[in-house]
Amino acid sequence: MSKLHVSTVVNGDPVEFLSDPGTTLLDALRDELNLTGSKEGCGSGDCGACSVIVDGRLVCSCLMLAAEAEGKRVETIEGLAQGGRLHPLQQKFLEHAALQCGFCTPGLLMASKALLDANPDPTETEARYWLAGNLCRCTGYDKVIRAVMDAAADLRQARVS
Amino acid sequence: MSQLAYLAPSTPEAAAKALAAAGARPMSGGTDLLVQLRAGRISPDVIVDLKQVAGAVGVREEAGGFVIGASTSSAVLGEHKALVAAWPGVIEAANLIGSTQVQGRASLAGNLCNASPAADSVPAMVAARAVCVVVGPDGRREVPVEAIATAPGKTSLTPGEFVLEIRLPPRPARSSDAYLRLIPRTEMDIAVVGAGVNLTLDAAGVITQAHVALGAVAPTVLLVAEAGAALVGHKLDADTLARLDAAARAACRPISDKRGTVEYRTKIAGVLAQRAATIAYQRAGGQA
Repeated sequence: MSKLHVSTVVNGDPVEFLSDPGTTLLDALRDELNLTGSKEGCGSGDCGACSVIVDGRLVCSCLMLAAEAEGKRVETIEGLAQGGRLHPLQQKFLEHAALQCGFCTPGLLMASKALLDANPDPTETEARYWLAGNLCRCTGYDKVIRAVMDAAADLRQARVS
Repeated sequence: MSQLAYLAPSTPEAAAKALAAAGARPMSGGTDLLVQLRAGRISPDVIVDLKQVAGAVGVREEAGGFVIGASTSSAVLGEHKALVAAWPGVIEAANLIGSTQVQGRASLAGNLCNASPAADSVPAMVAARAVCVVVGPDGRREVPVEAIATAPGKTSLTPGEFVLEIRLPPRPARSSDAYLRLIPRTEMDIAVVGAGVNLTLDAAGVITQAHVALGAVAPTVLLVAEAGAALVGHKLDADTLARLDAAARAACRPISDKRGTVEYRTKIAGVLAQRAATIAYQRAGGQA
């Protein structure tokens, strides 16, 4: 089986790796690039634990081939904190205790980041629909939504001041 | 395990050639294909990614209508203001497919060629009288959307053929459309029944053209000519809605499964056809 050479940008850094043609982006991130923050929950696009942002668009990395990342910009959970400082979403998830086991958290954070990138002032209903593709089986969703709405308010404030 | 290869051709001709090979499968967003691959339901030799093909991604206005690259993601379609304004039913249907993540990848061509009878975008496209530009080894042909799926999971496309574009026709004044589906929850499920309605009114609010399509009530999406005919020449009054209801129910030949029985699906098809017609009528400027 001949491997494909893939050149892409992950969290701002150019990276290259070899990939089997059928390998998903999720498996390449985890196994080739050792970025194990993105999780595999279902492997079929139902749970959102593998959510990453590709060229500004939220996707399930389990439903994308690694070969498709050629020339694209990929953002993963590992790039969310900047210079050792947590992203406001991460900080608010901690403050609101919006996680228990944490398996869904990287996906929820990336989905929430994509939401606030697209819509800095979402209603609670908009946030709930946006995050409907991210399943959590222990914390539930109320604390997550509170954290996202609180982070959105902080980010808007930071933008004004 | 067979040797899998990945190709991303940049021209329609190269894509058709690649797809003509035995064991080749087309991929647009991959939201169905990669699930089937992982589950072992398919074992292709070659995946042909169509998103690099010229014309396969993007939306343009042409001759009063819209030409949609058939591999364009639903998220991109939903952000195209002119398209949403002209064809709100088609786009609301496309935007019902899956989660935000799936929206970032899922395409009209994929939804159509996966050939599920419950595909959300298909009844809306059929009601819109959308036409597929199909490219293959022998050139191009134009095919109405309803002629693509022939049975669950089966299409009329021949080896090497793929859907490059979906064309929505020019829109007369006072026209609009709507799509509704029933699912047992608010998000992230497969339609028990879907109904797309596309209407044109005259200045007095009388319906002059009507197309009604139903999903998940037969092996393929149905274009119900009798349901459209029940609307033409009338305003959307109670008698007209009753005739629409009867025509929609009469067309149904569903199966009973875990999502609903024959009787339930048939009943709901009539209800959704009426509701979608009411929304389309109001969007087109009609006073109910």
